[in-house]
Amino acid sequence: MRKKEMKLVVTFHTTADAMAMEKTCKEDQTPGRLIPVPRAISAGCGLAWCAPLDSEERLARSMARVGLVPEDMHRCLV
Amino acid sequence: MIYLDNAATTLHKPPQVAEAVMTAMGSMGNASRGAHALSLGAARTVYDARCRAAELFGCSRPDHVIFTANATESLNIAICGLFGPGDHVISTDLEHNSVLRPLYRLQAERGVEVDFVPADRQGRIDYGDLERLLRPNTRAVVCTHASNLTGNMVDLARVGRFAHEHGLLLVADCSQTAGCVPIDMGAMGIDVLCFTGHKGLMGPQGTGGLCIREGVEIRPWKVGGSGVQSYSCTQPPEYPTRLEAGTHNGHGLAGLGAALEFLLQTGVENVHAKEQQLMRRFYEEVRSIPGVTVYGDFDAADRAAIVALNVWDCDSGEISDALAEEYAIATRPGAHCAPRMHQALGTVEQGAVRFSFSYYNTSEEVDAAVAAVRTLAAESAPEAQ
Repeated sequence: MRKKEMKLVVTFHTTADAMAMEKTCKEDQTPGRLIPVPRAISAGCGLAWCAPLDSEERLARSMARVGLVPEDMHRCLV
Repeated sequence: MIYLDNAATTLHKPPQVAEAVMTAMGSMGNASRGAHALSLGAARTVYDARCRAAELFGCSRPDHVIFTANATESLNIAICGLFGPGDHVISTDLEHNSVLRPLYRLQAERGVEVDFVPADRQGRIDYGDLERLLRPNTRAVVCTHASNLTGNMVDLARVGRFAHEHGLLLVADCSQTAGCVPIDMGAMGIDVLCFTGHKGLMGPQGTGGLCIREGVEIRPWKVGGSGVQSYSCTQPPEYPTRLEAGTHNGHGLAGLGAALEFLLQTGVENVHAKEQQLMRRFYEEVRSIPGVTVYGDFDAADRAAIVALNVWDCDSGEISDALAEEYAIATRPGAHCAPRMHQALGTVEQGAVRFSFSYYNTSEEVDAAVAAVRTLAAESAPEAQ
């Protein structure tokens, strides 16, 4: 297992929103990738966007550009 | 075989559609059911198809594109999820059973009231009838964009203006026009657009969907696996998950996505122009053949690429069978799931032979079909019996 690091984790209401996040971040070259929603945030399933801690402003800008409303944004060990 | 049954399903698709399906079948996981590369690949494919459908139809939000198995499922979702006891709905005589039967069922089971704008002997409606049928409890107009029997088009922009002036929803059945006729939901005032993937969009069978205007709330009729909010006892309320319980037809949607991309690159207006040219070429020749009766309004500015006809008083099935067996030309006879339209045309007993054209048909195929109809009409003439 990889060593866990503190990351920003953005959750969404739907998979479509998660896919929109991936597309938008790719276009903007905003860092991160899709991961399963960590248990520390929510039990169950679904996709979340995991990004470095220092990318919060860039993430916010990317989401705002396309009107994407996240469910939440967390800091947790991933 | 010369395939002129494109209003039932298009036979010839852009080659990249089958290629996309084949690729997907060897590489696709389950969209929204994990975060490994193959599941994410599937989710990307489905999402790309949403974005392309939204772009093609002028739907402001890709997440308001809902994928289904076909237009019938889309119409059932829309009609059953929007209306309830005490509601009144206006529809038309042009409708396919995919609109009629859900409405009839709501009449019988939920007390929904329905009125139909009548069609004349040419299959035309009088738009003034919309006003005449309006009631205080009218909730929506549910109507086709084009009759699957005659090809007559409904001016959806005009119906949309009427609907919104009176606070109604417009639910449009675009089964015969999606991919063949330029459609812009916003400009035409369409609140819910229902489409199938395998006709004019030239995608695989088993694909379809609905595009929903932001703010329109449709109750889900099926609930179940969604890949998100698994411990919630109810279906997630957000679109598209609200209306998409269960695994997608991911392989089919890969093909549909490729078809949508082809249409975006080619331009629906160019597809429309080609199909119109073929349809007009056929109509202008067959209309004057003795014994041939053509149905529908060919003076209208725009119409779907369909020509329905009969030969003398022959059974339409007999003519269609002769076209298939003697000339290798595929057409569709009979009732076409459009009972009210046949009642209006006076063709309940005879049915009609429907010729429907696609982007991939040729002028030579049209000319061969004209020649076949000419010969069959001469052979069937009363004096030839």
